[in-house]
Amino acid sequence: MIKLTVNGAPRSFDGDPDMPLLWYLRDELGLVGSKFGCGAALCGACTIHLGGTAARSCVTPVSAAEGQEVVTIEGLSPDGNHPVQAAWRDLNVAQCGYCQCGQIMQAAALLKDTPKPSDQQIDEAMSGNICRCGTYPRIRAAIHQAAGQAPANKGERL
Amino acid sequence: MIHELKMMAERESGAAASTPILANASRRGVLGGLGALVLALSFSDRARADEGQTEEQKAKKFGADGMPHGWRDDPKIFVAIAKDGTVTVTNHRSDMGQGVRTSVALVVADELEADWAKVKVTQAYGDEERFGNQDTDGSRSLRHFFPHFRHVGAAARLMLVQAAAKQWGVPASEVRAENHQLVHAKSGKTLGYGDVAEAAAELPVPARESVKLKDPKAFRYIGTGKIGLIDNHDISTGKAVYGADIKLDGMLYAVIARPPVYGGKIKSVDDSETLKVAGVVKTVRIEGGEIPSEFMPLGGVAVIAKNTWAAMKGRDALKITWDDGPNASYDTDAFRKELEAAARQPGKVVRNQGDVDGAMAKAKARHEAEYFVPHLAQAPMEPPAAVARVKDGQCEAWACTQGPQAAHDRLMKRLNLPADKVRVNVTLLGGGFGRKSKPDYVVEAALCSQAVDGAPVKLTWTREDDLHHGYYHTISVERIEAGLDEKGMPVAWLHRSVAPTIGSIFAPDPKHELPFELGMGLVNNPLNIKNIRLENPAAPAHVRIGWFRSVSNIPHAFAIQSFVAELAHKAGRDPKEYLLELIGPARKIDPVEIGDVWNYGEDPKRYPIETGRLRRVIEAVADGAKWGRKMEKGRGLGIAGHYSFVTYTAAAAEVEVDAKGEVKVNAIDIAVDCGPQVNPERIRSQMEGAVIMGMGLALTSEITFKEGRAQQNNFDGYEIVRIDAAPKEVRVHIIPSSGYDGPLGGVGEPGVPPIAPAIANAVFAATGRRVRQLPIRAQATSA
Repeated sequence: MIKLTVNGAPRSFDGDPDMPLLWYLRDELGLVGSKFGCGAALCGACTIHLGGTAARSCVTPVSAAEGQEVVTIEGLSPDGNHPVQAAWRDLNVAQCGYCQCGQIMQAAALLKDTPKPSDQQIDEAMSGNICRCGTYPRIRAAIHQAAGQAPANKGERL
Repeated sequence: MIHELKMMAERESGAAASTPILANASRRGVLGGLGALVLALSFSDRARADEGQTEEQKAKKFGADGMPHGWRDDPKIFVAIAKDGTVTVTNHRSDMGQGVRTSVALVVADELEADWAKVKVTQAYGDEERFGNQDTDGSRSLRHFFPHFRHVGAAARLMLVQAAAKQWGVPASEVRAENHQLVHAKSGKTLGYGDVAEAAAELPVPARESVKLKDPKAFRYIGTGKIGLIDNHDISTGKAVYGADIKLDGMLYAVIARPPVYGGKIKSVDDSETLKVAGVVKTVRIEGGEIPSEFMPLGGVAVIAKNTWAAMKGRDALKITWDDGPNASYDTDAFRKELEAAARQPGKVVRNQGDVDGAMAKAKARHEAEYFVPHLAQAPMEPPAAVARVKDGQCEAWACTQGPQAAHDRLMKRLNLPADKVRVNVTLLGGGFGRKSKPDYVVEAALCSQAVDGAPVKLTWTREDDLHHGYYHTISVERIEAGLDEKGMPVAWLHRSVAPTIGSIFAPDPKHELPFELGMGLVNNPLNIKNIRLENPAAPAHVRIGWFRSVSNIPHAFAIQSFVAELAHKAGRDPKEYLLELIGPARKIDPVEIGDVWNYGEDPKRYPIETGRLRRVIEAVADGAKWGRKMEKGRGLGIAGHYSFVTYTAAAAEVEVDAKGEVKVNAIDIAVDCGPQVNPERIRSQMEGAVIMGMGLALTSEITFKEGRAQQNNFDGYEIVRIDAAPKEVRVHIIPSSGYDGPLGGVGEPGVPPIAPAIANAVFAATGRRVRQLPIRAQATSA
């Protein structure tokens, strides 16, 4: 039995401990905001926060989350108003939107560690997240905009 | 595009159609009682119906009129208003990132005088009899439906006005609708939309000619570019629902092991280890694998399990031996040589103007070049996915599909169900780019459900599945030869285009490009050259060929726009000035007169090729990029323009090439003239996205085959642009348009074609080395 916390709620799982966290979240818990794009940590669509750090849930076995806190896009902020989410909406970053949950989770993790990132720091942190629609210029702009917001804690998990 | 192209393919190959499909005898939307005028026609019936007609007669229907099931504009189908005033607009076009849900809703809302804050959008299921054509491809949602959605909103507004007038006992002419309110100025009375919604719904739909559209000066949303994405909140919080996200009670999960080679079949299966995997419920043989595959499954073995992970593990444990079939030796390196050989021989003439051979013989000089573009995979971030439940003689599916009616028809055919027993619900699409026009995966999901007694099944395609079993962009060699005058301007132009055709998936391989492929930048080449001959030598297909955003425009634009820059260099001229001179003066070209009988399905009189507009986008990017400025060593500017989807685009790229040949794109200017602009904010985002996608195919993306098998497995082998390679500056120039009466052009695709040649031309400017093969990778160095 694997015990972990998902978006603040305690969970336990007695299935295949090798199951990637992504499929546990999506198929077992119905948290489908984390997306499947490659299954090999190559695209970042599945990005979540594991113990406060961005992680690719498609290659992270559930067993690796034992005793840890998992935060998904659904739990990033109680009202969906994390500064990154707000900036994403403000600049209409999304096209199809499929990769954007992973992008937002990665960006939120970046800003937690680097509150005022340069373009180069953004590129380094975000280069594992593919957007096939090509929204990168707006992703950069939205991260800068989110970084410019007052860092007041509005109840976000980061 | 799907339906018309299938017909083209069958005509071209002379094959009899076997797929029955519903088509509407009446092209016009009929208010109420739509079902009454429906006739079931098969493709062959339709082909027969066309017999005896001149090309002109056949081609009379254009735009949405020319599409299967045409258009509808009944407000009762598309607008619902709740008592609390909430307006719900039904959008029948699939949203794959182009933002059509927002754009359609804002058009209706504007004409309806609705308060945007009270507008919602709901997605239509697949039913073209009810909603009109739903093939979301070919860059035509707004091009075809803008006037009809305006009418929908205006008609609904009129019904609200009439209902309020009736309630107040005043003439309707004294009542006006304004920002979600009905106002009677004389008495000062007002009513909210919700207050009269029910009464309005009881009224007959007004006669079309009685409905007055707004004066565009009064538009509140159309053309402003100030409306945010209607799905913004759901997308940014993980609540948006894609095909992969559907969850039903009792749902099982499937993946399929498909033949690694197109047309392959199963020889034997050992599933004993698979069935030992915890969570695996069943394995199922999926029949399929015929050539042509059309939109049907490739066949294989499905593994159905209690979760996706178990299904994947179970699939890994399958032991299958395959009969690889007729494409077992397909090798893209060898095939490229075949294409090159074909391009060096005369081929089927598809346009012949003047006397090319005579002019070539008399020319002062000649120049020739061959260009290669490999197979590409659309690789939408959401791989194909669908959920289906086939039970009690009914099938309901949920899918990220660009063609819900196409999916519906294939389900009917494969499951042998009547039309009213099949329902295809359309989710958001996590990207499409043409891949999701083909609903093979929806049929696969249904076959899986059928195999487990009707339990709903979610079918997942892995990225490997997506890259190994795609409907790939064609593979092509373009060979151009020019005879030049003393000033270095071409007096003769011979272009041979060799590429397997999309027609090969629908019918016995026609081996020649179909009119819609030729019409994507080859026969409708507008360059002002006296003697032109265009040829299309034969090329067989060995994989499934499909639409990839902007389709045949990619190789045609890459070749032509690179070649023009080569000629400019040979003439010692500035590439932009040379290109403009070759385009010639502003004029309107009838596409039919130069051999383009397709013209993107649009009326050639309403949509001539306007060279002045092409010139203008080229000038716009030249201005944006400060063309002609001095560049540092290893840097260069390149330019290209192209006409596609009845829209004009151009790009200027600034690149930096290092000593090892690594190409960095520092900035791109892209200009678009698509005529009237409904939602400039999304036009801008489509151009930004096209820049990135165009860069990917220009620089790194390629699918190769050995022994019939795609060699790229995932995003490590199939490289697409990541943020660190994205230009620091992408400047979008939207050419203003006056009013909304003019013809609308496409937006989703036209941004792509000029990007690769602009980059290749910039690489030449930076290095002096000409790249004639995509992807560019490190072919040219500045060392």
